[in-house]
Amino acid sequence: MRHIISILLENEAGALSRVSGLFSARAYNIESLTVAPTEDPSLSRMTIVTSGSSDVIEQITKQLNKLVEVVKVVDLFEAPHIERELMLIKVRANAKDRDDMKRMSDIFRGRIVDVSEDTYTIELTGTGQKLDSFIEALGSSVILETARTGACGISRGQRVLRI
Amino acid sequence: MELTGAEILIKCLQAEKVEYVFGYPGGAVLYIYDELFKQNKVKHVLVRHEQGATHAADGYSRSSRKVGVALVTSGPGVTNAVTGIATAYMDSIPMVIISGQVPTHAIGLDAFQECDAVGITRPCVKHNFLVKDVKDLALTIKKAFYLAATGRPGPVLVDIPKDVTTDKCKFEYPETITMRSYNPVVKGHTGQIKKAVQLLLEAKRPMIYAGGGVILSDAAPQLTKLVRMLGFPCTNTLMGLGGFPATDKHFVGMLGMHGTYEANMAMQNCDVLVAIGARFDDRVIGDPAHFGQVPRKIIHIDIDPSSISKRVKVDVPIVGHVPDVLDDLIKLIDASKQRPEAKALAAWWEQIKLWKTKDCLRYDRKSKIIKPQFVLEKLYEITKGDAIITSDVGQHQMWAAQFYKFDKPRRWINSGGLGTMGFGLPAAMGAQMANPDASVVCVTGEASFQMCIQELSTCKQYRLPIKIVNLNNRYMGMVRQWQQFFHGNRYSESYMDALPDFVKLAESYGHIGISIDKPADVEPALKEAFKRKDELVFMDFITDQKENVYPMVGGGKGLTEMILAEEL
Ligand SMILES: Cc1cc2nc3c(=O)[nH]c(=O)nc-3n(C[C@H](O)[C@H](O)[C@H](O)COP(=O)(O)OP(=O)(O)OC[C@H]3O[C@@H](n4cnc5c(N)ncnc54)[C@H](O)[C@@H]3O)c2cc1C
Ligand SMILES: Cc1ncc(C[n+]2csc(CCOP(=O)(O)OP(=O)(O)O)c2C)c(N)n1
Ligand SMILES: [Mg+2]
Repeated sequence: MRHIISILLENEAGALSRVSGLFSARAYNIESLTVAPTEDPSLSRMTIVTSGSSDVIEQITKQLNKLVEVVKVVDLFEAPHIERELMLIKVRANAKDRDDMKRMSDIFRGRIVDVSEDTYTIELTGTGQKLDSFIEALGSSVILETARTGACGISRGQRVLRI
Repeated sequence: MELTGAEILIKCLQAEKVEYVFGYPGGAVLYIYDELFKQNKVKHVLVRHEQGATHAADGYSRSSRKVGVALVTSGPGVTNAVTGIATAYMDSIPMVIISGQVPTHAIGLDAFQECDAVGITRPCVKHNFLVKDVKDLALTIKKAFYLAATGRPGPVLVDIPKDVTTDKCKFEYPETITMRSYNPVVKGHTGQIKKAVQLLLEAKRPMIYAGGGVILSDAAPQLTKLVRMLGFPCTNTLMGLGGFPATDKHFVGMLGMHGTYEANMAMQNCDVLVAIGARFDDRVIGDPAHFGQVPRKIIHIDIDPSSISKRVKVDVPIVGHVPDVLDDLIKLIDASKQRPEAKALAAWWEQIKLWKTKDCLRYDRKSKIIKPQFVLEKLYEITKGDAIITSDVGQHQMWAAQFYKFDKPRRWINSGGLGTMGFGLPAAMGAQMANPDASVVCVTGEASFQMCIQELSTCKQYRLPIKIVNLNNRYMGMVRQWQQFFHGNRYSESYMDALPDFVKLAESYGHIGISIDKPADVEPALKEAFKRKDELVFMDFITDQKENVYPMVGGGKGLTEMILAEEL
């Protein structure tokens, strides 16, 4: 099953490679990994989308907790949560289908953030699934380039991940 | 007053009361060696290969419960050390490895003798550091010793660029340390401990399975007390030998791939299993699916949550430090009026006695060729079971584990997790340094011994009176055994050709060598060797070439699917 694991770790050089090294050394799946500093600059927050049986996910969280630089680990799938991903997508937008593109972007609540003579760059956020649907709806012939951040997530309600 | 990084490092080692540093010099660590030269509190032991430095630090640690320290130069120095670091990591041995690095400004430029030490060792250390600023040095060393020795122990590497050893700053060594991201649990959860006590007192076919965690945490007294008060059978893993006295009537021998018939049968057929500081290794329980066929309740005590329910699902996990958890268990059992049902326990012991009658460790005692098992039995007698035994890897290692009855912890020193040939001799050096008055014996094979043979020179320099028992079968015996059992007797590349004359070899290093090829000469040779208290004696026992280690559970087989010695 798919899981989103959020990690607070010391914002130190090398911490990222410890986490990614753990996943490759132990042959755990990794769908996406994002990381950035938090409001407390000494801490980074990492979000890893992975998949595996419940036994594997249990080992993943235990192994992550064992890394000396990891401060806290939560599996967001244990409770209601919100998941978002950002995509920048550059599409062909010639005179004749410029309007179509604009409409399509609106339907998915995208924003056109850059325009050239025959391209649009659209910014879109949502679940991974929503981004996939957008890509599918556009069709590969018009897509010039995509850049996706990978998912990040946060628990709903009172649950917080902090130290 | 400001000190250089090299001065600070030595001050840190002194503050940690480091007795010995096992090392080998080179360009990147010259300033550190300069400072070592100027003082005499921290003694340096010059090995002949960096692998030897790490194994020696490891053997020092295992035999003394202190943190072992190794010092190596950048590039090839650190790559040579990797085998020893990985060996310590797999067996959870507390070590600090200091490696030199090229100057900070040269890092990443493919400088002379540069290698990414932190990157290379990352998967085989508990943690590692690159010190980029001399101001961080003292705190990093403090952290390294703290991390190595607490929680689940392990090796920690500190990589120090050359310019950091000459840069200066004020020196202050922190007395204590806390790290928000690192808080090993000590006390077990009370509710879980109560559940465990209940299961123990209701058990009808109980089994206690104790591993290296008992040795690492010095919990042998508590384990011994628990087993005796409950009257339960107890087995040890290869790493746990000595954690419970082997001569105690509750001991059923080692379990696992080369464990005793009775230990493996009891492990499989028990109804309540207590795993203490043991990690259900594949060489211990065989095929986990086969192991899972018999329903049983499992209690697992371990300081590392990731050891629990990794290969086998357990019912009562207890995360904590073994001695603390066992103290709590013992207290609760003491306080309870309930005792395990005597009749059921007696019947269980009857069953175990029946299994014992298989006499699974028997061998041909009338043989005209020296049997390796015979040498080890004699070694046990002559040393009165009180020597520190290190070993290399192979058949000789298994026979030593089976035939030397360890009654005390930290007397059996071997590479279990990584199975590193070449470990025995340098580990014996470390053990002899830590225990100058003890009899230290290295049980080895002619193939393993050649992997760190150069350390015979170190032994001479430091006058280490190690006794070497070479069980010379002219084969990589363990490999040959697998080839005999599972590869149609095709002994592909497992014959040891062109062996040196070990007696002359020992003599050329300035030691004593003896060759023994008749069973009748085994005892006199051992006696003679142990009489020479101040000298290293290399005993080359020419043993039966085709002897096998029994019982054996084949790779991937169920624990009770044992190959036993054919009728003798
Ligand atoms: C040729 C060969 C054959 C082998 N055959 C066998 C065999 O027949 N039988 C056998 O048993 N092994 C055998 N081994 C060894 C095997 O590979 C493993 O190394 C060994 O079984 C592991 O022992 P262990 O489970 O005691 O764990 P260890 O590796 O000793 O691990 C210790 C455990 O204790 C925990 N721990 C550490 N400190 C504490 C603490 N303070 N408090 C609580 N818990 C703590 C750790 O987290 C870990 O889970 C063989 C090895 C070789 C090379
Ligand atoms: C460094 C290393 N290389 C290879 C192996 C695989 N291996 C395990 S046992 C063994 C043979 C050991 O032979 P020897 O030291 O003569 O011991 P014996 O089994 O004959 O007692 C080998 C090659 C290993 N464990 N370590
Ligand atoms: Mg051999």
